[in-house]
Amino acid sequence: MISTNKPSRLNKIVSYTLLLLLAFVILAPFFIGIWTSFLPTMEIAKGNFLSTDLSFNNYVAAFTKTPILRYLANSLVVSTLTMAAQLVFCSMSAYAFVFLKFKYRNAIFILFLITMMLPFEAEIIPNFTTVKNLGMLDHYSVLLIPFLTSAFGTFMLRQSFMQTPNELKEAADIEGLNHFQFYWNIVLPYNKVSLITLGAYSFLGAWNQYLWPMLTTFSNNSRLIQNGLRQLQSEETFNDWGMIQASAAIIVIPTILVLFIGQHYFKSGMNEGAVK
Amino acid sequence: MSTILNQVSKNYGESNIILNNVSAEIETGEFFVIVGPSGCGKSTLLRMIAGLTEISDGDISIDGQVVNNLQPKDRKLTMVFQSYALFPFLNVWDNVAFGLKARKLDQAEVHQRVNDALDMVSLSELKDRKPRELSGGQRQRVALARAVASDAKICLMDEPLSNLDAQLRVKMRQEIYQLQRKLGLTLIYVTHDQVEAMTMADHIMVLNDHEVQQIGTPTEIYQQPANAFVANFFGTALINVMPAQKFDDYTLNVDGDFQIRMDQKITDEATKIGIRPGELSIEAADELTANATVKSTEFLGDETIVYATTNSGHDIRILLPGKATHAAFEKIKISSSNNIFLFDANNKRIPFEAGDLVNA
Repeated sequence: MISTNKPSRLNKIVSYTLLLLLAFVILAPFFIGIWTSFLPTMEIAKGNFLSTDLSFNNYVAAFTKTPILRYLANSLVVSTLTMAAQLVFCSMSAYAFVFLKFKYRNAIFILFLITMMLPFEAEIIPNFTTVKNLGMLDHYSVLLIPFLTSAFGTFMLRQSFMQTPNELKEAADIEGLNHFQFYWNIVLPYNKVSLITLGAYSFLGAWNQYLWPMLTTFSNNSRLIQNGLRQLQSEETFNDWGMIQASAAIIVIPTILVLFIGQHYFKSGMNEGAVK
Repeated sequence: MSTILNQVSKNYGESNIILNNVSAEIETGEFFVIVGPSGCGKSTLLRMIAGLTEISDGDISIDGQVVNNLQPKDRKLTMVFQSYALFPFLNVWDNVAFGLKARKLDQAEVHQRVNDALDMVSLSELKDRKPRELSGGQRQRVALARAVASDAKICLMDEPLSNLDAQLRVKMRQEIYQLQRKLGLTLIYVTHDQVEAMTMADHIMVLNDHEVQQIGTPTEIYQQPANAFVANFFGTALINVMPAQKFDDYTLNVDGDFQIRMDQKITDEATKIGIRPGELSIEAADELTANATVKSTEFLGDETIVYATTNSGHDIRILLPGKATHAAFEKIKISSSNNIFLFDANNKRIPFEAGDLVNA
């Protein structure tokens, strides 16, 4: 008994030590950031991280002295609209690729996949020229229109839709559902988990955009939060680190919220009982 | 007023024939079972009747109207799937109501019908559960309730019991049968299980090799099988099909092992015989008179199946009443009654002339 127990206990100790170490490495900067957001900038500049002079002053300053609220609103609008648009368009195109039979279906799908393999950074110059010629610069539309749909989203939902049992389609045919009814009443609810995943993914993607909005927006009216954060840093001759930390903390809150809400739905066995 | 299949065929391309020239008439209100081994095209045939699969040739008419080009929903039928096809995100009540709501029925009528249907399959108490919270038999009942709630008079079922365990299968078999009788449904039922076919059907269609082998009542199928395949498919224990030669006008020689004295004249075409295991009997014998050796026995309670090998090397099954005690390698002498089937070289049954039939 003891002889079999010993190696496994050692195993446990080693693996937990390793896990704790890694967790510390990953989480430490995060907690240091949150901690310093409560410290006055003077203390930070002095390197006095263990100060007990904690207050919400930095947060108050961030909201009152900078346009961070405006940036937050911009990001919220753009991210929400991007998410909604991607859910609608990706699910519709995925439906077409799975449930409609048309000529060159696979060829068109392969074209879709190819666009996914091209990194966005590689297309950034022609895209910039296009939106510039369309006069869309520094406007919500430039942040939205290029991201209304995504090849990845279509691909992901297609794979998920393909798992929908064929019997459900046949049952729907017998009940006389048309394509839209089948899509709306059966396919979407059946694939709820994938849709939530894609929704969270596209929301966070839009929230964390940096390069594209940096190139295409240059006023506070359309600047997004990540670029706004960068703006806080360079606008000041003396960097108010405490306030910048507070802003950064504010920015990650929606990210964490989305993940928590999403996680609630990632329960396995949601679709059990449909067939068999 | 019935469902008529007229030389219905299905093929994918020239070479890949799924069904060939299937014709049948399914009367209104009858329990019609399509039975056959897997891969014989029985599910395809059902899907063609439902309109889920296109017909390559021939036509299907329901109540005098050719429905080849009609959408499934316009054929006024319901279907119960092998895998139930329940909607996992809806509770039991909504699952049953789904089709009715899709057809835009009046709210009050939907309520009435769904509640009646759930009552009928005794699921009223579970109406708020999700399919994942139900057992296999309960899920099957939800699928049945869906068919019951619809006003369609034709119901198609595709191996609805194959996912259930043996005991539940017997129970659901009776429930389906009673529902069909109570509602006067025309039920077209696909199965690979000959027991389901025999116990429930008004008429059975036996499919094999993409073709109809025989259509008839369970009694006809059992007592007058059209060919060796049908004889083989029905009845447990399995019928013995063995080569036989004509000895004289009234005597058959079963491959040199034993002889059967017939009451009718034997035609020259007869090359095989089918003997139900119950028609055979055994007596103990010594080396000289024995014609078979016991391999093993299966005791079933009120009957025993004896598996033996004849001297000419054929496996043979004998069904004996009660408990038989025959040890392996025991020498036995087998003899047969003359209630047997004769088959020609193409495995078709040779009918005895009218009036000749003695024991059938």
